[in-house]
Amino acid sequence: MRELFIQVVYLAASVLFILGLRSLTRPDLARRGMQQAALGMVLAIAGTLVNHTIVDYRWIAAGLVIGAVIGYPMGQWVPMTAMPQRIALSLGFSALAATLVGVAEYYTEMHDGNVVATAKMAALGFEVLLGSITVAGTLVAAGKLQEVLPSKPITFPLQNLANALLFLVILVMFGWLIAHPAAQVLFYSLLGLAFVFGVLLVIPIGGADMPVVVALLNSYSGLAACATGFAIGNVILIVCGALDGASGFILSILMSKAMNRSFSNVLFGAFGSAPAAKGGKTSEGLTVRSISVEDAAIQLAYAQLVIVIPGYGMAVAQAQHAVREMAEQIEKRGGEVKYAIHPVAGRMPGHMNVLLAEANIPYDKLYDMDEINSEFERADIALVIGANDVVNPAARTDPTSPIYGMPILDADKARTIIVMKRSMGAGFAGIENELFYDAKTSMLFGDAKGSLTALVGEIKNV
Amino acid sequence: MMMLELYVFVLAAFTGYMVISRVPPLLHTPLMAATNAISGISLVGSLIAAGARHSNVATVLGFIAVVCATSNIVGGFLITDRMLKMFQRGKPKPADRVTGALDDA
Repeated sequence: MRELFIQVVYLAASVLFILGLRSLTRPDLARRGMQQAALGMVLAIAGTLVNHTIVDYRWIAAGLVIGAVIGYPMGQWVPMTAMPQRIALSLGFSALAATLVGVAEYYTEMHDGNVVATAKMAALGFEVLLGSITVAGTLVAAGKLQEVLPSKPITFPLQNLANALLFLVILVMFGWLIAHPAAQVLFYSLLGLAFVFGVLLVIPIGGADMPVVVALLNSYSGLAACATGFAIGNVILIVCGALDGASGFILSILMSKAMNRSFSNVLFGAFGSAPAAKGGKTSEGLTVRSISVEDAAIQLAYAQLVIVIPGYGMAVAQAQHAVREMAEQIEKRGGEVKYAIHPVAGRMPGHMNVLLAEANIPYDKLYDMDEINSEFERADIALVIGANDVVNPAARTDPTSPIYGMPILDADKARTIIVMKRSMGAGFAGIENELFYDAKTSMLFGDAKGSLTALVGEIKNV
Repeated sequence: MMMLELYVFVLAAFTGYMVISRVPPLLHTPLMAATNAISGISLVGSLIAAGARHSNVATVLGFIAVVCATSNIVGGFLITDRMLKMFQRGKPKPADRVTGALDDA
């Protein structure tokens, strides 16, 4: 009877989770849908608490309270600009929980002197393997995003070979462990080596490639939860892990497409390590035209259609509110402002959308790359704020460029282009951007937030 | 063996793929936050490990797992809600029009 109750509750929770995720297809329904998913979570927890194997509630109560105390500030107080590292860190938390459950289960089996069935050992091994890789990977990723660790790729000679060898060793150990589940030393070494592998996997990856990594780690942590479900025979863990894994998988594919990297490249995590072959074009002999705030303001004030292209630079300068103020001024004068969002702009999938939404910019003005690209031709101004590689025409024209083939925003097709940039440094990929040298382009140098605030004042005076 | 579990996994992954591939890029960050909150479901396994009194080691490991998973659930759902609250449609509300007109004057 009790078991039936638990299973019914789990089923209800699974349905609520799927409905919650489905609600995310519509921004106006999403909030309510996710509240229902939260209700599903409460149900699932309540259902688990009546499980007959739970005999002692003291540690559970303490854990729930401490977890809630840690979780509340992570949910309520973390600023939106810190979202990528916050998400990375919490992916690590869920992977850690899955790993620890796996270790506890294995320890208990060994402690009781049981013989672990092959299938269960495979699930347990898979769980701690993926879990440990994810914990290490997310910690490094979060460190890079928070810039506690250098966000530039960390490389050493024979890196790929070393990683491949380590991966091979891990696979062999994993196979051996399934055949000999009682080899405890092997189990714990596997745990440690997987952690090392997770670190090695992410350190060669630079900041701009982070959206792919975060999505991929999301998928890994989902699969780790899934394996937990297999190992302890719990169906709701399998369902949620599969949902999580599918989500990470889809996002990884989307991100890799948007960066023109092959899927296998993403799957094996070997991205970012390819040495950036220098593009054929250099800046020698080319000049840039800079523009004053006053002149830029006049152009913007009389523009019919302005397309704003935000990039990571906008996030760094925290300029999203200033962007909205500028857009309001242009709109007040009868112009139209749209926002073109490249899938990999920023440090995680959807990063720019969240920042702009935070600044109260309505979401129906935010356009995906495919929706907006045809509109650049009739745009008076493409305003590039802290974006670089995603508007580099070399991706279309220069086969020697490392980003050749990557889909880009067609900013160069607008009538004029204003690029807001701190200085003339190359983009993250270390490539010159010929857009900056285009005859139609003017550079507005300076801190994005400061320039925008000055623009707002000037547009008012035009 | 684990045929039933495999069934569940394949069908859930398929459902997830169908549902999530329709989420617009606009909401990809909330999607990550949401799946992260849902992945806090590993709390279910953690609770059993922490409360089953198998051994001290299992209890302590379970306890840490409970802390991690709970913080993900609480933080994950809160932050998803906070983000989704920010996504507003831009249809001009009558009230905005009025203040806009006053500013101009």
